Amino acid sequence: MKLVTVSGPPSSGKTSVILKTLEHLQAQKLNVGVVKFDCLYTDDDEIYRKVGVPVKKGLSGALCPDHYFVSNIEECVQWGIKENLDVLVSESAGLCNRCSPYVREILAVCVIDNLSGINTPKKIGPMLKSADIVIITKGDIVSQAEREVFASRVHRVNPKARIMHVNGITGQGSFEFSTLWTDGDEVETVEGKKLRFSMPAALCSYCLGETRIGSEFQMGNVRKMDLGDTTRQTADPMTSPKESK
Amino acid sequence: MDIRKELASIIVGDLNSRWPYATTFLAKNDLEIEDDPSLKLSEVASDELLDQLAEFITEMESFLSDDEEVVDEITIFGGNCKNGEPEGVRELTIRVGEVICIVGPTGSGKSRLLADIEWVAQNDTPTGRSVKINGKTPESKWRTSSEHKLVAQLSQNMNFVMDLSVEEFLTLHAESRQTENPEEKIQQIWNDANALAGEPFALDTPITSLSGGQSRALMIADTAILSKSPVVLIDEIENAGIDRQKALDILVSQDKIVLMATHDPILALMGDRRVVINNGGMKSVVEPSEKEHANLVDLRALDNRMMKLRHRLRMGERLDEV
Repeated sequence: MKLVTVSGPPSSGKTSVILKTLEHLQAQKLNVGVVKFDCLYTDDDEIYRKVGVPVKKGLSGALCPDHYFVSNIEECVQWGIKENLDVLVSESAGLCNRCSPYVREILAVCVIDNLSGINTPKKIGPMLKSADIVIITKGDIVSQAEREVFASRVHRVNPKARIMHVNGITGQGSFEFSTLWTDGDEVETVEGKKLRFSMPAALCSYCLGETRIGSEFQMGNVRKMDLGDTTRQTADPMTSPKESK
Repeated sequence: MDIRKELASIIVGDLNSRWPYATTFLAKNDLEIEDDPSLKLSEVASDELLDQLAEFITEMESFLSDDEEVVDEITIFGGNCKNGEPEGVRELTIRVGEVICIVGPTGSGKSRLLADIEWVAQNDTPTGRSVKINGKTPESKWRTSSEHKLVAQLSQNMNFVMDLSVEEFLTLHAESRQTENPEEKIQQIWNDANALAGEPFALDTPITSLSGGQSRALMIADTAILSKSPVVLIDEIENAGIDRQKALDILVSQDKIVLMATHDPILALMGDRRVVINNGGMKSVVEPSEKEHANLVDLRALDNRMMKLRHRLRMGERLDEV
Protein backbone atom coordinates (compact mmCIF):
# COMPACT_ATOMS: atom_id res chain seq x y z
CA MET A 1 0.00 0.00 0.00
CA LYS A 2 1.11 3.56 -0.73
CA LEU A 3 0.55 6.26 1.86
CA VAL A 4 -0.03 9.93 1.03
CA THR A 5 -0.27 12.58 3.75
CA VAL A 6 -2.27 15.63 2.74
CA SER A 7 -2.56 18.67 4.93
CA GLY A 8 -3.36 22.35 4.57
CA PRO A 9 -5.21 25.21 6.21
CA PRO A 10 -8.97 24.87 6.76
CA SER A 11 -11.07 25.54 3.63
CA SER A 12 -8.06 25.44 1.32
CA GLY A 13 -9.74 22.69 -0.70
CA LYS A 14 -8.07 19.51 0.55
CA THR A 15 -11.17 17.35 0.35
CA SER A 16 -12.18 18.64 -3.10
CA VAL A 17 -8.69 18.08 -4.46
CA ILE A 18 -8.50 14.57 -2.98
CA LEU A 19 -11.94 13.67 -4.35
CA LYS A 20 -11.08 14.81 -7.87
CA THR A 21 -7.74 13.04 -7.76
CA LEU A 22 -9.22 9.80 -6.41
CA GLU A 23 -11.44 9.50 -9.46
CA HIS A 24 -8.46 8.97 -11.74
CA LEU A 25 -7.09 6.18 -9.56
CA GLN A 26 -10.51 4.57 -9.22
CA ALA A 27 -10.73 4.63 -13.02
CA GLN A 28 -7.56 2.54 -13.03
CA LYS A 29 -9.31 0.07 -10.69
CA LEU A 30 -7.10 1.05 -7.77
CA ASN A 31 -8.55 0.80 -4.28
CA VAL A 32 -8.13 4.14 -2.50
CA GLY A 33 -9.08 4.85 1.12
CA VAL A 34 -9.04 7.99 3.23
CA VAL A 35 -8.49 8.77 6.90
CA LYS A 36 -9.86 12.16 7.75
CA PHE A 37 -8.45 13.90 10.82
CA ASP A 38 -10.25 16.89 12.20
CA CYS A 39 -10.83 18.65 15.51
CA LEU A 40 -14.44 19.04 16.51
CA TYR A 41 -16.60 18.19 13.56
CA THR A 42 -16.47 16.92 10.00
CA ASP A 43 -18.94 15.31 7.67
CA ASP A 44 -16.38 14.85 4.92
CA ASP A 45 -16.39 11.12 5.70
CA GLU A 46 -19.93 11.01 4.29
CA ILE A 47 -18.73 12.70 1.11
CA TYR A 48 -16.03 10.08 0.66
CA ARG A 49 -18.40 7.24 1.45
CA LYS A 50 -20.80 8.49 -1.21
CA VAL A 51 -18.20 7.93 -3.93
CA GLY A 52 -17.41 4.46 -2.64
CA VAL A 53 -14.22 5.28 -0.79
CA PRO A 54 -13.50 3.35 2.41
CA VAL A 55 -13.08 6.04 5.06
CA LYS A 56 -12.29 6.45 8.75
CA LYS A 57 -12.58 9.67 10.66
CA GLY A 58 -10.78 10.81 13.77
CA LEU A 59 -11.79 13.83 15.81
CA SER A 60 -9.13 15.04 18.19
CA GLY A 61 -11.58 16.93 20.42
CA ALA A 62 -9.69 18.59 23.25
CA LEU A 63 -6.29 17.25 22.15
CA CYS A 64 -3.76 18.88 19.85
CA PRO A 65 -4.83 17.52 16.44
CA ASP A 66 -1.29 16.76 15.37
CA HIS A 67 -0.42 14.83 18.50
CA TYR A 68 -3.63 12.93 17.93
CA PHE A 69 -2.62 12.23 14.34
CA VAL A 70 0.77 10.85 15.17
CA SER A 71 -0.64 8.68 17.96
CA ASN A 72 -3.07 7.04 15.52
CA ILE A 73 -1.43 6.88 12.12
CA GLU A 74 0.08 3.41 12.54
CA GLU A 75 -3.33 1.93 13.42
CA CYS A 76 -4.76 3.68 10.36
CA VAL A 77 -2.06 2.16 8.17
CA GLN A 78 -2.89 -1.29 9.51
CA TRP A 79 -6.57 -0.65 8.82
CA GLY A 80 -5.74 0.33 5.25
CA ILE A 81 -3.70 -2.82 4.69
CA LYS A 82 -6.52 -4.95 6.08
CA GLU A 83 -8.94 -3.23 3.67
CA ASN A 84 -6.60 -4.16 0.80
CA LEU A 85 -6.11 -0.54 -0.17
CA ASP A 86 -3.64 0.34 -2.90
CA VAL A 87 -3.41 3.91 -1.67
CA LEU A 88 -4.28 5.35 1.73
CA VAL A 89 -4.64 9.11 1.99
CA SER A 90 -4.51 10.85 5.35
CA GLU A 91 -6.16 14.26 5.36
CA SER A 92 -5.60 16.70 8.19
CA ALA A 93 -5.99 20.43 8.71
CA GLY A 94 -3.04 22.51 9.81
CA LEU A 95 -4.79 24.61 12.35
CA CYS A 96 -2.05 26.40 14.22
CA ASN A 97 0.24 26.89 11.18
CA ARG A 98 2.88 25.05 13.17
CA CYS A 99 1.42 21.65 12.34
CA SER A 100 3.11 19.23 10.01
CA PRO A 101 1.93 15.64 9.97
CA TYR A 102 4.52 14.56 7.41
CA VAL A 103 6.49 11.38 7.89
CA ARG A 104 9.91 10.87 6.36
CA GLU A 105 9.88 8.78 3.17
CA ILE A 106 6.09 9.19 2.87
CA LEU A 107 4.69 11.47 0.17
CA ALA A 108 3.82 14.80 1.80
CA VAL A 109 1.34 17.16 0.16
CA CYS A 110 0.35 20.64 1.30
CA VAL A 111 -2.79 22.25 -0.12
CA ILE A 112 -2.98 26.03 -0.01
CA ASP A 113 -5.22 28.45 -1.86
CA ASN A 114 -4.60 31.52 -3.99
CA LEU A 115 -7.11 33.56 -2.02
CA SER A 116 -5.31 33.18 1.28
CA GLY A 117 -3.09 36.22 0.72
CA ILE A 118 0.47 36.51 -0.55
CA ASN A 119 2.05 36.50 2.88
CA THR A 120 0.42 33.24 3.84
CA PRO A 121 3.19 31.02 2.45
CA LYS A 122 5.55 32.69 4.89
CA LYS A 123 3.16 32.29 7.79
CA ILE A 124 2.62 28.60 7.33
CA GLY A 125 5.52 26.81 8.90
CA PRO A 126 6.75 23.24 8.43
CA MET A 127 3.48 22.14 6.87
CA LEU A 128 4.47 24.06 3.74
CA LYS A 129 8.23 24.08 4.14
CA SER A 130 8.69 20.34 4.42
CA ALA A 131 6.13 19.20 1.84
CA ASP A 132 7.18 17.34 -1.32
CA ILE A 133 4.30 18.69 -3.35
CA VAL A 134 2.45 21.96 -2.88
CA ILE A 135 -0.98 22.09 -4.48
CA ILE A 136 -2.32 25.58 -5.10
CA THR A 137 -6.09 25.78 -5.45
CA LYS A 138 -8.73 28.33 -6.48
CA GLY A 139 -6.64 29.48 -9.43
CA ASP A 140 -9.71 29.88 -11.59
CA ILE A 141 -10.89 33.01 -9.83
CA VAL A 142 -7.71 35.08 -9.52
CA SER A 143 -5.63 36.69 -12.24
CA GLN A 144 -2.68 35.03 -13.95
CA ALA A 145 -0.36 37.57 -12.32
CA GLU A 146 -1.61 36.76 -8.83
CA ARG A 147 -1.17 33.06 -9.50
CA GLU A 148 2.40 33.68 -10.59
CA VAL A 149 3.19 35.89 -7.61
CA PHE A 150 1.66 33.40 -5.19
CA ALA A 151 3.53 30.45 -6.69
CA SER A 152 6.78 32.35 -6.52
CA ARG A 153 6.16 33.10 -2.83
CA VAL A 154 5.57 29.41 -2.21
CA HIS A 155 8.73 28.61 -4.12
CA ARG A 156 10.75 30.99 -1.93
CA VAL A 157 9.58 29.24 1.21
CA ASN A 158 9.97 25.71 -0.16
CA PRO A 159 12.30 25.66 -3.17
CA LYS A 160 12.40 21.86 -3.21
CA ALA A 161 8.70 21.26 -3.57
CA ARG A 162 6.96 20.58 -6.79
CA ILE A 163 4.26 23.22 -7.17
CA MET A 164 1.09 22.26 -9.00
CA HIS A 165 -2.20 24.02 -9.65
CA VAL A 166 -5.28 21.92 -9.10
CA ASN A 167 -8.87 23.10 -9.34
CA GLY A 168 -11.02 21.26 -6.83
CA ILE A 169 -14.24 22.14 -8.65
CA THR A 170 -13.44 21.41 -12.28
CA GLY A 171 -10.70 18.92 -11.50
CA GLN A 172 -8.21 20.73 -13.73
CA GLY A 173 -4.74 19.45 -12.83
CA SER A 174 -6.05 16.54 -10.76
CA PHE A 175 -5.13 13.89 -13.31
CA GLU A 176 -1.57 15.17 -13.34
CA PHE A 177 -1.50 15.16 -9.56
CA SER A 178 -2.87 11.60 -9.44
CA THR A 179 0.12 10.32 -11.39
CA LEU A 180 2.34 11.22 -8.43
CA TRP A 181 0.32 9.36 -5.80
CA THR A 182 1.59 5.97 -6.82
CA ASP A 183 5.22 7.07 -7.03
CA GLY A 184 6.10 6.42 -3.39
CA ASP A 185 7.42 3.27 -1.74
CA GLU A 186 5.18 0.48 -0.52
CA VAL A 187 4.41 0.88 3.16
CA GLU A 188 3.71 -2.01 5.49
CA THR A 189 4.04 -0.04 8.67
CA VAL A 190 5.09 3.43 9.76
CA GLU A 191 6.36 2.14 13.07
CA GLY A 192 9.94 3.26 13.56
CA LYS A 193 9.66 5.97 10.92
CA LYS A 194 10.23 9.55 11.97
CA LEU A 195 8.25 12.73 11.60
CA ARG A 196 9.83 15.30 9.30
CA PHE A 197 9.36 17.99 11.90
CA SER A 198 8.65 17.92 15.62
CA MET A 199 5.05 18.49 16.68
CA PRO A 200 3.98 21.81 18.24
CA ALA A 201 5.06 21.84 21.88
CA ALA A 202 2.46 21.70 24.60
CA LEU A 203 1.84 20.66 28.15
CA CYS A 204 1.12 23.63 30.32
CA SER A 205 -1.61 23.88 32.92
CA TYR A 206 -4.12 24.91 30.24
CA CYS A 207 -3.50 21.67 28.34
CA LEU A 208 -4.66 19.90 31.47
CA GLY A 209 -7.94 21.75 31.79
CA GLU A 210 -7.04 24.93 33.68
CA THR A 211 -9.46 27.75 32.85
CA ARG A 212 -8.46 30.53 35.25
CA ILE A 213 -6.34 33.42 33.99
CA GLY A 214 -3.26 34.71 35.83
CA SER A 215 0.38 33.85 36.42
CA GLU A 216 -0.28 31.79 39.48
CA PHE A 217 -2.32 29.33 37.45
CA GLN A 218 0.28 28.98 34.69
CA MET A 219 2.59 26.01 35.00
CA GLY A 220 4.74 23.94 32.72
CA ASN A 221 5.63 25.02 29.21
CA VAL A 222 4.56 28.67 29.42
CA ARG A 223 6.09 31.51 27.44
CA LYS A 224 5.57 35.23 28.00
CA MET A 225 5.45 37.85 25.26
CA ASP A 226 8.14 40.49 25.34
CA LEU A 227 6.24 43.75 25.58
CA GLY A 228 9.27 45.89 26.47
CA ASP A 229 9.73 47.35 29.97
CA THR A 230 6.39 49.12 30.11
CA THR A 231 4.61 46.22 31.76
CA ARG A 232 5.13 45.04 35.26
CA GLN A 233 7.05 41.82 35.67
CA THR A 234 4.69 39.09 36.69
CA ALA A 235 6.58 36.10 35.38
CA ASP A 236 6.31 33.16 37.66
CA PRO A 237 9.50 31.42 38.75
CA MET A 238 7.82 28.18 37.73
CA THR A 239 7.85 29.17 34.05
CA SER A 240 10.52 27.72 31.88
CA PRO A 241 13.78 29.65 32.39
CA LYS A 242 14.75 29.00 28.76
CA GLU A 243 11.94 31.25 27.61
CA SER A 244 13.00 34.29 29.62
CA LYS A 245 14.63 36.13 26.71
CA MET B 1 26.12 19.46 -4.18
CA ASP B 2 29.18 21.76 -4.42
CA ILE B 3 27.03 24.72 -3.42
CA ARG B 4 25.99 22.89 -0.27
CA LYS B 5 29.67 22.32 0.63
CA GLU B 6 30.50 25.94 -0.02
CA LEU B 7 27.63 27.01 2.21
CA ALA B 8 28.98 24.85 5.02
CA SER B 9 32.22 26.81 5.09
CA ILE B 10 31.29 30.29 3.83
CA ILE B 11 31.34 33.22 6.25
CA VAL B 12 28.37 35.53 6.50
CA GLY B 13 30.35 38.52 5.16
CA ASP B 14 31.06 36.74 1.85
CA LEU B 15 27.56 35.51 1.27
CA ASN B 16 26.20 38.70 -0.21
CA SER B 17 28.91 39.14 -2.82
CA ARG B 18 28.78 35.47 -3.80
CA TRP B 19 24.99 35.14 -4.08
CA PRO B 20 23.23 38.50 -3.62
CA TYR B 21 19.81 36.85 -3.45
CA ALA B 22 20.80 34.50 -0.61
CA THR B 23 20.27 37.15 2.07
CA THR B 24 16.74 37.81 0.88
CA PHE B 25 16.05 34.09 0.98
CA LEU B 26 17.34 33.84 4.55
CA ALA B 27 15.38 36.91 5.61
CA LYS B 28 12.23 35.34 4.15
CA ASN B 29 12.97 32.36 6.33
CA ASP B 30 13.31 34.58 9.39
CA LEU B 31 17.09 34.60 9.61
CA GLU B 32 18.82 37.98 9.75
CA ILE B 33 22.56 37.57 9.32
CA GLU B 34 23.89 41.11 9.27
CA ASP B 35 25.30 41.16 12.81
CA ASP B 36 28.74 39.64 12.52
CA PRO B 37 30.34 39.23 9.08
CA SER B 38 33.10 36.93 10.33
CA LEU B 39 30.63 34.35 11.59
CA LYS B 40 30.33 31.11 9.66
CA LEU B 41 26.92 30.77 8.06
CA SER B 42 26.68 27.19 9.29
CA GLU B 43 26.82 28.48 12.86
CA VAL B 44 23.69 30.58 12.50
CA ALA B 45 21.64 28.55 10.04
CA SER B 46 20.30 25.06 10.58
CA ASP B 47 21.36 22.23 8.28
CA GLU B 48 17.85 22.05 6.98
CA LEU B 49 17.85 25.73 6.05
CA LEU B 50 21.25 25.38 4.36
CA ASP B 51 19.89 22.46 2.31
CA GLN B 52 17.00 24.63 1.23
CA LEU B 53 19.29 27.55 0.48
CA ALA B 54 21.54 25.34 -1.66
CA GLU B 55 18.49 24.19 -3.58
CA PHE B 56 17.32 27.77 -4.01
CA ILE B 57 20.74 28.94 -5.24
CA THR B 58 20.95 26.09 -7.73
CA GLU B 59 17.57 27.06 -9.13
CA MET B 60 18.39 30.75 -9.17
CA GLU B 61 21.62 30.11 -11.03
CA SER B 62 19.91 28.09 -13.69
CA PHE B 63 17.17 30.71 -13.83
CA LEU B 64 19.58 33.61 -14.22
CA SER B 65 21.84 31.90 -16.75
CA ASP B 66 18.77 32.05 -18.90
CA ASP B 67 20.03 31.24 -22.34
CA GLU B 68 17.19 28.82 -22.59
CA GLU B 69 15.59 27.98 -25.88
CA VAL B 70 12.64 30.00 -27.01
CA VAL B 71 9.45 28.14 -27.78
CA ASP B 72 8.73 28.59 -31.49
CA GLU B 73 6.12 25.94 -32.00
CA ILE B 74 4.14 23.24 -30.31
CA THR B 75 3.01 20.05 -31.96
CA ILE B 76 0.14 17.95 -30.68
CA PHE B 77 -0.04 14.33 -31.82
CA GLY B 78 -3.57 12.97 -31.77
CA GLY B 79 -4.75 10.27 -29.41
CA ASN B 80 -8.20 8.89 -28.78
CA CYS B 81 -11.76 10.14 -28.36
CA LYS B 82 -13.81 9.26 -25.29
CA ASN B 83 -15.08 6.10 -27.02
CA GLY B 84 -11.55 4.88 -27.68
CA GLU B 85 -11.62 5.61 -31.43
CA PRO B 86 -8.64 7.59 -32.76
CA GLU B 87 -9.38 11.32 -32.96
CA GLY B 88 -9.63 12.93 -36.38
CA VAL B 89 -6.64 15.26 -36.14
CA ARG B 90 -3.42 13.24 -36.01
CA GLU B 91 -0.92 16.08 -35.92
CA LEU B 92 -1.33 19.78 -35.26
CA THR B 93 1.54 22.26 -35.16
CA ILE B 94 0.89 25.71 -33.72
CA ARG B 95 3.46 28.46 -34.18
CA VAL B 96 4.25 31.55 -32.15
CA GLY B 97 2.08 34.47 -33.26
CA GLU B 98 -0.85 32.26 -34.19
CA VAL B 99 -4.32 32.55 -32.72
CA ILE B 100 -6.06 29.19 -32.57
CA CYS B 101 -9.71 29.04 -31.61
CA ILE B 102 -11.12 26.00 -29.92
CA VAL B 103 -14.78 25.32 -30.54
CA GLY B 104 -17.06 22.55 -29.41
CA PRO B 105 -20.04 21.81 -27.18
CA THR B 106 -19.73 22.05 -23.40
CA GLY B 107 -18.12 18.92 -22.01
CA SER B 108 -16.66 17.96 -25.38
CA GLY B 109 -13.09 17.89 -24.12
CA LYS B 110 -11.77 21.43 -24.63
CA SER B 111 -10.33 21.55 -21.12
CA ARG B 112 -8.64 18.19 -21.54
CA LEU B 113 -6.92 19.38 -24.72
CA LEU B 114 -5.61 22.45 -22.95
CA ALA B 115 -4.56 20.34 -19.95
CA ASP B 116 -2.68 17.98 -22.29
CA ILE B 117 -0.74 20.96 -23.62
CA GLU B 118 -0.03 22.35 -20.17
CA TRP B 119 1.16 18.96 -18.89
CA VAL B 120 3.07 18.36 -22.15
CA ALA B 121 1.36 14.98 -22.40
CA GLN B 122 3.60 12.10 -23.41
CA ASN B 123 1.02 9.45 -24.14
CA ASP B 124 0.39 9.36 -20.39
CA THR B 125 -2.95 11.11 -20.08
CA PRO B 126 -6.47 9.70 -20.65
CA THR B 127 -6.44 10.89 -24.29
CA GLY B 128 -3.14 9.26 -25.21
CA ARG B 129 -1.94 12.47 -26.88
CA SER B 130 1.66 13.58 -26.96
CA VAL B 131 3.09 17.04 -27.26
CA LYS B 132 6.41 18.17 -28.68
CA ILE B 133 8.04 21.56 -28.29
CA ASN B 134 10.09 22.83 -31.25
CA GLY B 135 9.77 19.37 -32.76
CA LYS B 136 11.45 17.66 -29.83
CA THR B 137 10.34 15.71 -26.80
CA PRO B 138 10.23 18.43 -24.14
CA GLU B 139 12.45 18.70 -21.11
CA SER B 140 10.85 17.76 -17.81
CA LYS B 141 11.10 21.34 -16.49
CA TRP B 142 7.91 22.21 -18.35
CA ARG B 143 6.12 19.86 -16.00
CA THR B 144 8.00 20.24 -12.79
CA SER B 145 9.17 23.81 -12.45
CA SER B 146 6.89 26.61 -11.37
CA GLU B 147 9.17 29.07 -13.19
CA HIS B 148 8.58 27.35 -16.50
CA LYS B 149 4.86 27.11 -16.86
CA LEU B 150 3.98 26.47 -20.47
CA VAL B 151 0.52 27.96 -20.22
CA ALA B 152 -0.79 31.22 -18.80
CA GLN B 153 -4.53 31.41 -18.38
CA LEU B 154 -7.11 34.15 -18.69
CA SER B 155 -10.79 33.57 -18.13
CA GLN B 156 -13.98 35.49 -17.55
CA ASN B 157 -14.31 34.50 -13.88
CA MET B 158 -10.90 35.75 -12.91
CA ASN B 159 -10.69 38.74 -10.62
CA PHE B 160 -8.04 40.72 -8.87
CA VAL B 161 -8.11 39.97 -5.16
CA MET B 162 -5.06 41.84 -3.87
CA ASP B 163 -5.52 45.13 -2.13
CA LEU B 164 -2.99 47.12 -4.17
CA SER B 165 -2.85 49.94 -6.71
CA VAL B 166 -2.21 49.14 -10.36
CA GLU B 167 1.40 50.24 -10.03
CA GLU B 168 2.09 48.35 -6.80
CA PHE B 169 0.51 45.28 -8.27
CA LEU B 170 2.58 45.38 -11.45
CA THR B 171 5.74 46.03 -9.43
CA LEU B 172 5.03 42.97 -7.32
CA HIS B 173 4.49 40.84 -10.39
CA ALA B 174 7.65 42.17 -12.03
CA GLU B 175 9.64 41.39 -8.88
CA SER B 176 8.40 37.84 -8.73
CA ARG B 177 9.39 37.37 -12.37
CA GLN B 178 12.84 38.92 -11.79
CA THR B 179 12.11 41.24 -14.72
CA GLU B 180 14.75 43.58 -16.10
CA ASN B 181 13.74 47.27 -16.45
CA PRO B 182 10.60 46.88 -14.36
CA GLU B 183 9.63 50.60 -14.60
CA GLU B 184 9.68 50.51 -18.37
CA LYS B 185 7.62 47.31 -18.48
CA ILE B 186 5.08 48.67 -16.03
CA GLN B 187 4.64 51.81 -18.12
CA GLN B 188 4.19 49.70 -21.24
CA ILE B 189 1.58 47.47 -19.61
CA TRP B 190 -0.35 50.46 -18.35
CA ASN B 191 -0.29 52.12 -21.78
CA ASP B 192 -1.37 48.95 -23.54
CA ALA B 193 -4.12 48.24 -21.03
CA ASN B 194 -5.48 51.75 -21.42
CA ALA B 195 -5.43 51.38 -25.18
CA LEU B 196 -7.55 48.22 -24.82
CA ALA B 197 -10.03 49.51 -22.26
CA GLY B 198 -12.60 52.03 -23.37
CA GLU B 199 -12.33 54.13 -20.21
CA PRO B 200 -8.82 55.02 -19.02
CA PHE B 201 -7.55 54.32 -15.49
CA ALA B 202 -4.64 55.73 -13.49
CA LEU B 203 -1.56 53.97 -12.11
CA ASP B 204 -2.73 54.64 -8.56
CA THR B 205 -6.21 53.16 -9.09
CA PRO B 206 -6.78 50.22 -6.75
CA ILE B 207 -6.93 47.07 -8.88
CA THR B 208 -10.04 45.87 -7.09
CA SER B 209 -12.00 48.96 -8.20
CA LEU B 210 -11.27 48.56 -11.92
CA SER B 211 -14.33 47.90 -14.10
CA GLY B 212 -14.76 44.51 -15.76
CA GLY B 213 -13.36 45.79 -19.06
CA GLN B 214 -10.42 47.55 -17.38
CA SER B 215 -9.56 44.45 -15.33
CA ARG B 216 -9.62 42.27 -18.44
CA ALA B 217 -7.47 44.81 -20.29
CA LEU B 218 -4.91 44.94 -17.49
CA MET B 219 -4.81 41.15 -17.19
CA ILE B 220 -4.22 40.76 -20.92
CA ALA B 221 -1.50 43.42 -21.13
CA ASP B 222 0.17 42.07 -17.98
CA THR B 223 0.09 38.47 -19.21
CA ALA B 224 1.44 39.52 -22.61
CA ILE B 225 4.37 41.47 -21.22
CA LEU B 226 5.28 40.02 -17.83
CA SER B 227 4.28 36.40 -17.97
CA LYS B 228 7.00 34.11 -19.27
CA SER B 229 4.63 31.39 -20.39
CA PRO B 230 4.76 31.05 -24.18
CA VAL B 231 1.19 29.84 -24.51
CA VAL B 232 -1.76 31.98 -23.46
CA LEU B 233 -5.06 30.31 -23.02
CA ILE B 234 -8.12 32.52 -23.14
CA ASP B 235 -11.59 31.43 -22.20
CA GLU B 236 -13.79 33.88 -24.13
CA ILE B 237 -13.34 37.65 -24.21
CA GLU B 238 -16.64 39.27 -23.53
CA ASN B 239 -17.50 42.03 -25.93
CA ALA B 240 -17.78 44.74 -23.31
CA GLY B 241 -15.41 47.52 -22.47
CA ILE B 242 -12.48 46.03 -24.35
CA ASP B 243 -11.11 46.09 -27.90
CA ARG B 244 -10.83 42.38 -28.64
CA GLN B 245 -8.85 42.60 -31.87
CA LYS B 246 -6.28 44.86 -30.22
CA ALA B 247 -6.09 42.44 -27.27
CA LEU B 248 -5.17 39.59 -29.58
CA ASP B 249 -2.69 41.83 -31.43
CA ILE B 250 -0.88 42.69 -28.19
CA LEU B 251 -0.55 39.02 -27.23
CA VAL B 252 0.64 38.02 -30.69
CA SER B 253 3.13 40.90 -30.81
CA GLN B 254 4.77 39.48 -27.65
CA ASP B 255 5.44 36.18 -29.43
CA LYS B 256 2.72 34.23 -27.71
CA ILE B 257 0.80 31.27 -28.97
CA VAL B 258 -2.82 32.15 -28.31
CA LEU B 259 -5.42 29.45 -27.74
CA MET B 260 -8.92 30.73 -27.33
CA ALA B 261 -11.98 28.74 -26.35
CA THR B 262 -15.00 30.59 -27.66
CA HIS B 263 -18.59 30.34 -28.88
CA ASP B 264 -18.58 33.86 -30.29
CA PRO B 265 -18.62 33.91 -34.12
CA ILE B 266 -16.68 37.18 -34.37
CA LEU B 267 -13.97 36.00 -32.02
CA ALA B 268 -13.81 32.63 -33.76
CA LEU B 269 -13.25 34.32 -37.12
CA MET B 270 -10.47 36.47 -35.68
CA GLY B 271 -8.41 33.30 -35.22
CA ASP B 272 -6.01 31.97 -37.83
CA ARG B 273 -7.50 28.48 -37.54
CA ARG B 274 -10.03 26.75 -35.37
CA VAL B 275 -9.94 23.32 -33.86
CA VAL B 276 -13.27 21.53 -33.57
CA ILE B 277 -13.57 19.33 -30.49
CA ASN B 278 -16.13 16.58 -30.28
CA ASN B 279 -16.60 13.60 -28.00
CA GLY B 280 -13.23 14.17 -26.34
CA GLY B 281 -11.22 14.34 -29.55
CA MET B 282 -9.97 16.92 -32.05
CA LYS B 283 -12.36 16.28 -34.91
CA SER B 284 -10.96 18.68 -37.47
CA VAL B 285 -9.02 21.89 -38.05
CA VAL B 286 -10.85 24.56 -39.99
CA GLU B 287 -9.23 27.52 -41.68
CA PRO B 288 -11.57 30.49 -42.09
CA SER B 289 -12.59 30.82 -45.73
CA GLU B 290 -12.58 34.06 -47.70
CA LYS B 291 -16.32 34.04 -47.51
CA GLU B 292 -16.17 33.81 -43.75
CA HIS B 293 -13.74 36.69 -43.62
CA ALA B 294 -16.03 38.74 -45.79
CA ASN B 295 -18.90 37.90 -43.46
CA LEU B 296 -16.88 39.18 -40.54
CA VAL B 297 -17.71 42.70 -41.74
CA ASP B 298 -21.42 41.95 -41.57
CA LEU B 299 -21.10 40.22 -38.23
CA ARG B 300 -19.33 43.24 -36.80
CA ALA B 301 -22.08 45.50 -38.10
CA LEU B 302 -24.64 43.21 -36.46
CA ASP B 303 -22.69 43.32 -33.26
CA ASN B 304 -22.52 47.11 -33.37
CA ARG B 305 -26.25 47.27 -33.80
CA MET B 306 -26.75 45.15 -30.69
CA MET B 307 -24.32 47.34 -28.76
CA LYS B 308 -26.25 50.43 -29.79
CA LEU B 309 -29.51 48.85 -28.67
CA ARG B 310 -27.92 48.00 -25.34
CA HIS B 311 -26.78 51.58 -25.00
CA ARG B 312 -30.25 52.93 -25.79
CA LEU B 313 -31.77 50.59 -23.23
CA ARG B 314 -29.35 51.89 -20.61
CA MET B 315 -30.30 55.46 -21.43
CA GLY B 316 -33.93 54.69 -20.71
CA GLU B 317 -35.12 54.69 -24.29
CA ARG B 318 -37.81 52.44 -25.72
CA LEU B 319 -36.88 49.89 -28.37
CA ASP B 320 -39.99 50.33 -30.50
CA GLU B 321 -37.74 50.99 -33.48
CA VAL B 322 -34.77 48.65 -33.89
